[in-house]
Order: sequence, then structure tokens, then C-alpha cells
Amino acid sequence: MTRGITRRTLITKGLVAAAGASGLAAAARLADRYGLIPPDHGGIYGAGETLTYAAQRLLMSHHSLAREFDRSDISRVAPVNGAPPETDAYERLLSRQFAEWRLVVDGLVARPSSFSLAELRRFPSRTQITHQACEEGWSFIAEWTGVPLSHVLNVVGVSTRAKYVVFFPFDQSWDSVDMPDAWHAQTLLAYGMNGQELPTGHGAPLRLRVPRQLGYKSVKYLSRIAVVATLEDIGEGLGSWSPEIGYSWYAGI
Amino acid sequence: MPGVAIRDSHTPDRPRHSAPVRVTHWITVVSFCALLVSGFAILLAHPRLYWGETGAVGTPSLIDLPLPFVLTGQSGWGRYLHFLAAWASVFTGIVYVLYGLRTRHFGQGLRRIYNPLQRLTYLIVVFALFPLMIWSGLAMSPAITSVVPGAVSVLGGQQSARTIHFFVATALVLFVLVHIGMVSLAGFTSRVRMMTTGWTPAGTEQG
Repeated sequence: MTRGITRRTLITKGLVAAAGASGLAAAARLADRYGLIPPDHGGIYGAGETLTYAAQRLLMSHHSLAREFDRSDISRVAPVNGAPPETDAYERLLSRQFAEWRLVVDGLVARPSSFSLAELRRFPSRTQITHQACEEGWSFIAEWTGVPLSHVLNVVGVSTRAKYVVFFPFDQSWDSVDMPDAWHAQTLLAYGMNGQELPTGHGAPLRLRVPRQLGYKSVKYLSRIAVVATLEDIGEGLGSWSPEIGYSWYAGI
Repeated sequence: MPGVAIRDSHTPDRPRHSAPVRVTHWITVVSFCALLVSGFAILLAHPRLYWGETGAVGTPSLIDLPLPFVLTGQSGWGRYLHFLAAWASVFTGIVYVLYGLRTRHFGQGLRRIYNPLQRLTYLIVVFALFPLMIWSGLAMSPAITSVVPGAVSVLGGQQSARTIHFFVATALVLFVLVHIGMVSLAGFTSRVRMMTTGWTPAGTEQG
């Protein structure tokens, strides 16, 4: 009798597993179509990473806004992680207060362009006081001022084939965001911090701000932005420099 | 010792633990170990705890854990493994709780083999500590809190959520240590076999 129950249970479980497997295959096709699969979906951790990214993308489908704070909440201590790029190109620009610096925007855009800092400052600006957590565990609240990335994207005209926006800084730590984050109202190209010009350590002259993700997504020291349809041919094809050194591409955690 | 011994009153025609309990138990063991190891790897990147929204070196801490700062990238695989194991743990937990509610496992089922103190402890672990662990974990996510800001503000801020996550994890580790201690007192090998096959090994029936 016991054996009979066991067999019946096994058959039931087998059917459930088969249904689950075919369900998973269908889910994978749908997920890919709706942009729910992260570029670092391979390997042993891929399943967890994909579940996290897909679940959060579905939860945030109404373009939820990261929490914003009051001026009185701004942290007195805003630690800097890492050092400014040590390339000649960056040091030369820094020594001349970025007068000759230009942000290149190209890729799948109608009008490939480049912008000086003064030109970016003339665009409509947004100021937001947001929380930034480092993946290490510490955090601070700061005020950021910049031009929404969506404005720059509209100026250059983004192709309908666009799936990601890639950010190239003066060092090796390139990164990318998907289109929901690229068009998000709080995604800024920031040139100001706490009412001052962006300090060198925090990414001067221009950095990305993506407040719905951990700090490492907010690329500093920007040099070029490229709109692309695939990330497969950039670096190791994992979407950013982070997975190449062991950190997840998506950092909404 | 008699006070902590697990009462053994199962009848031979019925396994001490049903198959769903056994399977979910061992999946939980594996995912809990993975969560613990990866959580520790993440913690070592910054073994200081704070209260409120923010905290960093240079600001007052709640507790400086007597652990080294390990900044060699261990939090990278740590976070990858942590979320993989968290998903496994959550899915297993959902199956276990649904099964338990359907079969009255949390009432009669536990009463069949455990004393009131043990039952209370299990119920607190399943219905208070694990949910609080998931909640405080999600409250650290800037993406999740953009959707549900209350999830983090109720806990006192993002750093408070991190601190709560640490202390609830510590409570779960204490539970596991006591649990393993009691299993050892009752006979480790036979108890592990019961949680694996469901049955007491023949000839080793014990109280």
C-alpha cells in the first residue's frame, strides 16, 4: 500500500515536472521577447539572476520612482570608492577644468552628436535627493543635478531597434542599462552634487545616476554613450564590466 | 536531557515525516547553507552595522563586528549565490507552507511529534523569522523600495533593514545550532535517516 502511494506520488510529480519544464520553455521565450533576461543569464548563477531581474522589471513596469529625501537628510559623509582614471586623456582634460571635454553620443541614433559641458547645462535639468547604497554595504544620501538621459536621447533620436544604452568612461568600468532605465525620469547625466560642481572623486565632469540600482551602476567619468541593439559584441558580452570581474549586471538587488 | 529529548510516538504504519516535509527540509538545508556562506561573504565587505537610512566609514556605527574588511571581490559571487539560494529557499518555503496548511501539518502534524516549546519555536521560525528575513532583504533593494517605499521606512531605513537582516540571520543560526544539538541528543544518525527516508531504521526504535 505504501509502495502504491509512493508510485502514484512519483507519477504525479513527474507530470508536474514535465508541465513545469514545458511551461519554463514557453516562459523563457516570452521573457526574452519582453526584455526580462539579463545579459549575464548564463552560468550557475544565471537562473537566480534572471528571476531577480524579471521579477523586478515586472514589478516596476509602472516606472516607479526611487525614494527622494529632504535637504536635511543629505549625508555629511559621502565616501568615494576608487580613484579617478589615470589616463593621460583624462588628466589633461581635468587640468583644464574639462573645457575641451565632450560627451559623444552615437550608435543607433538618428543624429550622432557630441556635447560640451556648457551645452549639457543648457538642457532642462533635474535635481533629486536620493539614497545610494554601495554593493559593499555602506550608503549615503546626496543631491544630484543633471540632465535627464531621456532628454539627451530625444535630442539625438533613438532607433526603435534600441535595447540598451552603453556608457563608456575614461577607465575600464563600462556599463549599460536597459531601455526602461534609460528612459526613466530619475536617470540623470549628473554634473552637480549637493549644490556644487560634481567633485572629481564622484565622477567629474559627468556621471550617470541610476537611483533604482546599487551605486556601481552609476558610471563615473563619462566619455561616450552608445545606443545598441545587443550587448553581445561589447567586452565579453555580459552587458558590462561588472560581470567580467564577478558582479551582476543588474544591480537593483 | 529528558527535557530536550524529542518525543517519538510515530506508529510503524506511518512515516515520522511525510515526503513533502523531507524534500523541502533538505532543499532548505542546502539553500540555508548557501545563504549563510554567501551572506557572510557579502557582510565581510563591510562588517559594520548602522541604524537609519545611511552609514559609512566616518559615520557612527551601531556595532563594529570583530571581523576584517575583505575588499577582494568576495561580495560579487556572494550576491550572485545569495539570490540564487534565496529564490530556491522562497519557492521551497511556499511549497512547504501550502502543503502544511492543506494537511494541517502546523497543528496536528507538529503536535504528533513535538512538545509545545518545540512547536512554538518551529512556528516562530517558519512564520516570523523567515518572513522577516525576506522582508528585510527586500527592504535593502533600491528597486523594490521604489515600488513599496513603506517596506523600508517601516523598518527605520535601508541600514536598519541591513542590521535587522543580520540579527534575524543570527537568530536562525542559533535555531539551527540548537536544532542540531537536539537531533544529536536524540540520536543523530537515526534522526537524519528518518528525515531522509521517513522511517526509523529497523531495530533502532527508540524514545
